[in-house]
Amino acid sequence: MAEFALPKNSQLIVGKNYKAPLGTSNSRQFEVYRWDPVSGQNPRIDSYELDMDSCGPMVLDAILKIKNDIDSTLTFRRSCREGVCGSCAMMVNGKNTLACTKAIDSYSGTIKIFPLPHMQVVKDLVADMTHFYAQYASIQPWIATQTPAPADRERLQSKEDREKLDGLYECVLCACCSTSCPSYWWNSERYLGPAVLLQAYRWLVDSRDENTGARLDELEDPFKLYRCHTIMNCTDTCPKGLNPAKAIAETKKLLVQRKLG
Amino acid sequence: MDYRSPLAKVRGLGSAKSGTSHWWMQRVTAVVLIPLSYWLITFLSLSFHAPYQHIIAWLIVPLNTVCIIAWMLAAFYHAALGLQVVIEDYVADEGVKIIAVWTVNISFFMLVLVALVAVFRILLIG
Repeated sequence: MAEFALPKNSQLIVGKNYKAPLGTSNSRQFEVYRWDPVSGQNPRIDSYELDMDSCGPMVLDAILKIKNDIDSTLTFRRSCREGVCGSCAMMVNGKNTLACTKAIDSYSGTIKIFPLPHMQVVKDLVADMTHFYAQYASIQPWIATQTPAPADRERLQSKEDREKLDGLYECVLCACCSTSCPSYWWNSERYLGPAVLLQAYRWLVDSRDENTGARLDELEDPFKLYRCHTIMNCTDTCPKGLNPAKAIAETKKLLVQRKLG
Repeated sequence: MDYRSPLAKVRGLGSAKSGTSHWWMQRVTAVVLIPLSYWLITFLSLSFHAPYQHIIAWLIVPLNTVCIIAWMLAAFYHAALGLQVVIEDYVADEGVKIIAVWTVNISFFMLVLVALVAVFRILLIG
């Protein structure tokens, strides 16, 4: 059955409160989800008051400041700090985003930071991405051809065909979209989710790929694809401004076209 | 302990190679129901105000007979398709799911039969 309430061991408790240093004139409060699998305790919300005069502009800067200056046990993923690696995906004030490209100033009041929703938590803000990556691998995200590549050059593609990949190739697989999708929350064992379906469509429309039919065969399933009910949370939340809902709709159109066209 | 690889779990039993017709028919019936429901409003409005014999005379016009049957077929088919999706969304247990889906399908099939019999009974017997 779909889960509508948190199980007892996941219910949040109030955690520690770290005050801003004395004499701070420009402080901001951050509430951060904390859970340590070793402690055996329920997850808690720690709140940190940060001196914004000595903090960088992005949400990730605030998290780094907490880790560097206040509490080194805070655990999270980050790498590129410029929105191309997808590591620092998390839920900030109720909406999934990349902490590194989201400005603190774009929010007012307390900023609440949680891990990606409805994922198994490894520790603090780190979600277990194993299943998500396996789903990505399952769509075989690489070119499949029978025709050998030309001996003297790469496989050519017209400018128009290359343009079809715009809005798709930019996806960094941060999983913000998939983990914002209620359909993915209820049925992620079988539903591939918006991120993986956008990637699948990226290979469906690649003019160099020769495996479109087999790719569609794999997707044509009540659960893998058709759990998408056009809720549009994916498009709303994508920190890269992409439109997974449209990619899914285009995939459905291809399937109808194959059947009826 | 589950030693299956994450990829094996994701691939599961593979693709059902179906689902497009279900999704497409839900859209087709939805579109068909737009004009038919305008017709239904006319019919209901008449039913509330006109005498019984007048309504039967109106229903027996071939276009109106076709419209009421078409509305019932489209509406019940659309409802069955939609409820199946809701059940698949929220019921995780495979056994409960299959019983629920087929209870819905058979119920709506019976409803269609009952509705058809009712229409023809009214038109033929009065």
